[in-house]
Amino acid sequence: MKIACFHLMPYRDLEPDFEKKYKSSWFSLPFDAVADRHKVAQYYNWTLDELEFAAKSGFDGVCTNEHHQNAYGFMVNPNMMGAVLARATRNTKTAIIQMGETAVFLNPPIRVAEEYAMLDSIAEGRLVAGFPVGLGGDFAYSYGMAPIEQRARYTEAHDLIKRAWTSSEQFAFNGKFYQLPMVNIWPKPVQRPHPPIWVPGNASPSTWDFVTKNDYSYCYLTYFGAKGAEHMVNGYWEKVEQAGRDRNPYRMGFLIPVGVSDTDEKAAQEYGPAAEYFYHKGLHLPEQLLLPPGHMTHASLTHLLTKRPFPPYAELKKMKYPTFNERDFVVCGSAKTVTERLIHIVKTLRVGHLMILPQFGSLSHPKTMENIERIAKSVLPHLRPIWENEGWEDRWWPEACKIEQRAAA
Amino acid sequence: MKKPRKKIVPVLGGELEMTVNIAGQGKPVLYLHAAGGYYWDDFLETLSDHYKVYVPHFPGTAPGRPNDIDKLDNLWDAVVAYDDLLDALGLKKIKLIGHSFGGMLAAELAAQRPKAVEKLVLMAPIGLWREDAPYTCANWCALGMDEILDVLFYDQKNPRVVRRMTPPSGKDAEALWTVNFIWTLGCTAKVIWPIPDKGLRKRIHRINAPTLVVWGENDRLIPPVYAAEFQRAIPNSEVLMLAECGHEPPLEQCATLLSRVRTFFDA
Repeated sequence: MKIACFHLMPYRDLEPDFEKKYKSSWFSLPFDAVADRHKVAQYYNWTLDELEFAAKSGFDGVCTNEHHQNAYGFMVNPNMMGAVLARATRNTKTAIIQMGETAVFLNPPIRVAEEYAMLDSIAEGRLVAGFPVGLGGDFAYSYGMAPIEQRARYTEAHDLIKRAWTSSEQFAFNGKFYQLPMVNIWPKPVQRPHPPIWVPGNASPSTWDFVTKNDYSYCYLTYFGAKGAEHMVNGYWEKVEQAGRDRNPYRMGFLIPVGVSDTDEKAAQEYGPAAEYFYHKGLHLPEQLLLPPGHMTHASLTHLLTKRPFPPYAELKKMKYPTFNERDFVVCGSAKTVTERLIHIVKTLRVGHLMILPQFGSLSHPKTMENIERIAKSVLPHLRPIWENEGWEDRWWPEACKIEQRAAA
Repeated sequence: MKKPRKKIVPVLGGELEMTVNIAGQGKPVLYLHAAGGYYWDDFLETLSDHYKVYVPHFPGTAPGRPNDIDKLDNLWDAVVAYDDLLDALGLKKIKLIGHSFGGMLAAELAAQRPKAVEKLVLMAPIGLWREDAPYTCANWCALGMDEILDVLFYDQKNPRVVRRMTPPSGKDAEALWTVNFIWTLGCTAKVIWPIPDKGLRKRIHRINAPTLVVWGENDRLIPPVYAAEFQRAIPNSEVLMLAECGHEPPLEQCATLLSRVRTFFDA
């Protein structure tokens, strides 16, 4: 299987009583009152250092992502980070996984087609093109578009981008949201017909339909535990089967915060406070800010409010590290413990692309580097062969990054 | 309470069907509801003792028809749909009342079709913008239920407010009530997001109906300074400023409002 290193680029030094002083760490949080500009400069550089180090240490790919106006993770343009990483990993097999530049945040979204093509050129064919729908709050509040239009814009932007990549002729695009008289992008991506497409999601059935219909790879981004994810992920695999697709594990990605230490007890000391910081401060926000009215369809909202598949954000505040760790919200412990638990998760959910978050919450730069090294050395080698005996081909991995070549090297 | 009958009428050349609640006898009054959706209250009940009251659901907010909102792309579509609605209902001359989001729609409709509107009542309408009194859709869409109650009302304990804002009991019933409330905010927000300043100022001069602009003195959702703004912009208009009243005059000052509206309509 493939294991990538994911990063959110959070603010790591929020004050201990931060969540009592501010209503939300998203959208309304004042920058100057909270943030130190020099620290922020340092965070961006640490983030790049950490991802570069992960690539050197043996992770198969590095993942960046896009969010706005928050202290939780403010990599506002993942392609800027991706460009640095592509260059820093030149002549390696590291996949540059953009999870990703969010097309509906840009107008015209053709910009994503261009930037991804440029990035795939700099990376010499190592790009994985993430197509996130985008967070409802980012779309509606930070970028000012009507929440009820997000999904329709997403589908239209996707169609436009794919056509821009694959059409050999200039064309006019007459969409409902985007109208362009001359689409004729320079450059085209190195990979033909286009880079592999991964779609991150939060267990929305309409995203599953989109992914299976288009034969993409799905990445379930949840912070609410592998145990809670099982029911949702089964729903995805059912859709895959209904669509007549195979059970190739590389159709499925999963993100999880991981912390490795010498013993389980030491892991609690090293990662406990960072995990609590992540859930109590990073996810400190009124739930409705993530879900502006209209963002979810009437049917999906009915499903969410009657079934409650994950805990209300307010309840996270009552939980401490032992609960987060027991419920697999995070996977922390000795290398042996972490390996066993990750193997179980990967097999249960049928995950081919595992995305590990080695830096979460307040975890410092030195601790993060140490964590990356321990994961790469003591965990990754045990995970990598998991699907080998089933003989699946990863059709969502750039050719230029194929592992056989790594082994030969 | 009367139970208004529901009538389904085609608009936009049959592309969209609108659901209209109708009660009473007499001259027609068209009432356009706020972003929170249709609710038959004492104000409408009493009004329907004297007039024939028509209350359309904004598309997408009628029970069981959430996807109707897909038929409207923007404010212009919505205004045309309501313009069509007048014809579909055979209404040549109406008294028009709009509340908040519905107030903006009512002002647009009165500007679009000035000859059809003989009297206009705008209750805390949105639609204009002042730099010194900013408000956006986030002011009501980004709030939790307790914050909405706090911002909307002068007195949350008013029995009419309690009746309006208490979900039915039972876990699923309560969840579905909340789903419909949120969905209604989502549908109405579609045509005004993110700031309901969509050019009404350029069209408002076309309104020639005598207009009563109503505002609650304690409105903390849409600042009462906008009452004067509408009054200045509409040639033949006056302001009724209500004491001990938030953003919902029909719930919080029902009797005063009724008496003033009836006098205004019958003058």
